[in-house]
Amino acid sequence: MINRTVVGAHYGLKDWIAQRATAVIMAVYSVLIAMVLLVIRPGTFEAWQGVFANGVIKFLTFLFFVSLFYHAWIGVRDIWMDYVKPTGLRLTLHVLTATALVGYTAWAAAILWRL
Amino acid sequence: MAEMTIKKRPKNLDLATIRLPLPGKVSILHRVSGAGMFICFPVLLWLFSASLSSPESFATFKAVAGMLPVKVVLAGLLWAFVHHFCAGIRFLLLDLHIGIEKEEARKSAVAVLAVSIPLTLILWGVLL
Repeated sequence: MINRTVVGAHYGLKDWIAQRATAVIMAVYSVLIAMVLLVIRPGTFEAWQGVFANGVIKFLTFLFFVSLFYHAWIGVRDIWMDYVKPTGLRLTLHVLTATALVGYTAWAAAILWRL
Repeated sequence: MAEMTIKKRPKNLDLATIRLPLPGKVSILHRVSGAGMFICFPVLLWLFSASLSSPESFATFKAVAGMLPVKVVLAGLLWAFVHHFCAGIRFLLLDLHIGIEKEEARKSAVAVLAVSIPLTLILWGVLL
């Protein structure tokens, strides 16, 4: 008998791959933005805002945030799956985590596209 | 019949009784650091937003980030990021079957700590 759980890992490679792909994107971005900031050394508000107002940086930063929140979804979901056993509570935590992360993505977009 | 083929594997997730070897400690710190950063996402997004919105909010950002309790939390988050970064690279290499022998894996776990802790201190010095 196949007994699947609604809050299981969906038994696939997709999330496993996504976690690693987003990790690589974030690692590359982190090194890149660190180098940009080391070169520009934005000490004032205008300089700091100018870095992220740049179209390319803005796009890459948003890509970083999307990767971050997708990566965090998989990681936090794994934590709930390891330590929270009652299905109802786990499902509630999954929904709260996912909705918070979607909200953070919108928030990050709002921050960046105000610039 | 299907049940008969499923082996009952031993499983112990009781955190109080587990004595972890060093690679296990690096692994659980990866999880702890990730969870810590996740919890702080709203604060970090707020700080990021304040730093970019206006000269006034930038000044607020600098004032808040300069407060001692906030500094302590930010130092912890900086460690969390650096550890997660270094341990994450180790995990990616393990995924590629690089360094999967027991002794190599132990050495790379030591390397993660040997890099992440000084790097955290250096970055903290740069950012301060």
